[in-house]
Amino acid sequence: MATKASRSAARLMISPAVILLLGWMLIPLGMTLYFSFLRYNLIIPGNHPFVGWENYHWFVTDPSFNAAMINTLLLVGGVLLITVLGGIGFALLLDQPMWGQGVIRIMVIAPFFVMPTVSALVWKNMFMNPVNGFFGHIAHGLGLPPIDFFSQIPLLSIVLIVSWQWLPFATLILFTALQSLDQEQLEAAEMDGARFGSRFAFIVLPHLARAITVVILIQTIFLLSIFAEILVTTNGGPGTATTNLTYLIYVSSLLQYDVGMGSAGGVIAIILANIVAIFLMRMIGKNLDA
Amino acid sequence: MARAVSTSRKTFNTAIAGLLGFVMFFPVLWIVILSFKSEFDAIRSPLAILTSGWTLESYGAVQARSDYFKHFTNSVVISVGSTFLGLLIAVPAAWSMAFVPAKRTRGVLMWMLSTKMLPPVGVLVPIYLIFRDLGILDTNLGLVIVLMLMNLPIIIWMLYTYFREIPGEILEAARMDGASLRDEVLYVLTPMAVPGIASTVLLNIILAWNEAFWTLNLTAARAAPLTAFIASYSSPEGLFYAKLSAASVMAIAPILIMGWFSQKQLVRGLTFGAVK
Repeated sequence: MATKASRSAARLMISPAVILLLGWMLIPLGMTLYFSFLRYNLIIPGNHPFVGWENYHWFVTDPSFNAAMINTLLLVGGVLLITVLGGIGFALLLDQPMWGQGVIRIMVIAPFFVMPTVSALVWKNMFMNPVNGFFGHIAHGLGLPPIDFFSQIPLLSIVLIVSWQWLPFATLILFTALQSLDQEQLEAAEMDGARFGSRFAFIVLPHLARAITVVILIQTIFLLSIFAEILVTTNGGPGTATTNLTYLIYVSSLLQYDVGMGSAGGVIAIILANIVAIFLMRMIGKNLDA
Repeated sequence: MARAVSTSRKTFNTAIAGLLGFVMFFPVLWIVILSFKSEFDAIRSPLAILTSGWTLESYGAVQARSDYFKHFTNSVVISVGSTFLGLLIAVPAAWSMAFVPAKRTRGVLMWMLSTKMLPPVGVLVPIYLIFRDLGILDTNLGLVIVLMLMNLPIIIWMLYTYFREIPGEILEAARMDGASLRDEVLYVLTPMAVPGIASTVLLNIILAWNEAFWTLNLTAARAAPLTAFIASYSSPEGLFYAKLSAASVMAIAPILIMGWFSQKQLVRGLTFGAVK
């Protein structure tokens, strides 16, 4: 039994963490909210008058906002599609009996540990460069015109790079979930004559459903914040072809020094992320009770 | 019962999985190869690259031209510093929630997790301004603080799930025998919790090492860790493939090795215990 003394000790021990996180959350959040209602540009001196919803109005009606929202959606959706389908495939494959499974798994997982700036630059230069890149040389060897990835298919190129980084994450989690599947159940189904397709659809997939949901939700949280990959490859261009919401806010805040506008964008990004977060938290919360 | 699997079937699986694994790993392998080539060879066709001579010159050039080890040291200071500072705050918190659960514990845990859901760009402006006013823009101290706060929820959660697996009776027994709170934590809990703490440390060093939003936005020349240093290669002058490869290999090698050791903890840490 916890005594009264240990309870107050416990409260004392938890308080630094609570105070820090509370400060980390409330102070910047409050400031973002406050700034978003001010006309406040770092290169324009003077006071910062309250302007109501003006920043929100300009941020949302700017044509690049629409582009950024669509790009964000395509980026998150495209990467999710590739990584979830690919992850299920890889997890099923790695679950089969084979030699050197440990080594193969390490090779599949490796991209996850490559820092974003490295993977983006390596793909951009060593692979996707139409003249000197690996794909360019292959196309040249086959007598085909090389693809200029970042001017012909800029957003798809970024989707591919980010998918390469996140496919290991999906694979690892789905593979872990797959290993807790009851093998005898599968064998019984097989003996009863269930083919691979129906064993997958009626036993494996329902078992993976929870893990798939977790992968989708966690990746969405991270993918909404994709930044480095865009910064080092395209700088959001050509035009706004690869500008996502995160990058657009970065441009307003740190390149145009528009604190008010950047903050309004920040508030919108927070609201979007929270919609996803609510579902994720519910999933994790359920697990906490179990 | 494990089933007998035919050798041909196993060979087939190995070939397919090996091929796909190789494709995933290929970009990493390719930069390792390029890093040992001259700049002239590094932009030739793949076949010419493979058959050309090997050299270490790029590794030397990266250090000579850009003071590589300063950035490497920054990365070490920032990732290790933020992790251990986080640990200092997280261990007591996770301990008290795991062993003296109160009615509010679940709510507190969920709330801590929710701070992790905050998109960094949502607080970019205030953090930038606060750091500017405090004079800690472009310093290791500033990044240690930010990354510690960013990863604190993950550290607490991971420790909490590990601590919960330690039987509470052992702690009670120690208490009965007259151990003080300090003794209890130091001599009973810590030894049992070391494996969990070690995996938490490993995962968080990896996350902090690869963090590329705050490190890019809050540093310039002085405190730039490897993530930001490598980004400076996005506007290249002349031939640079071999040097970029050498810089990249040195930047990712330590983390690749650590990552291989922490595959299992990765799942637990990044899904907050939702998948084990």
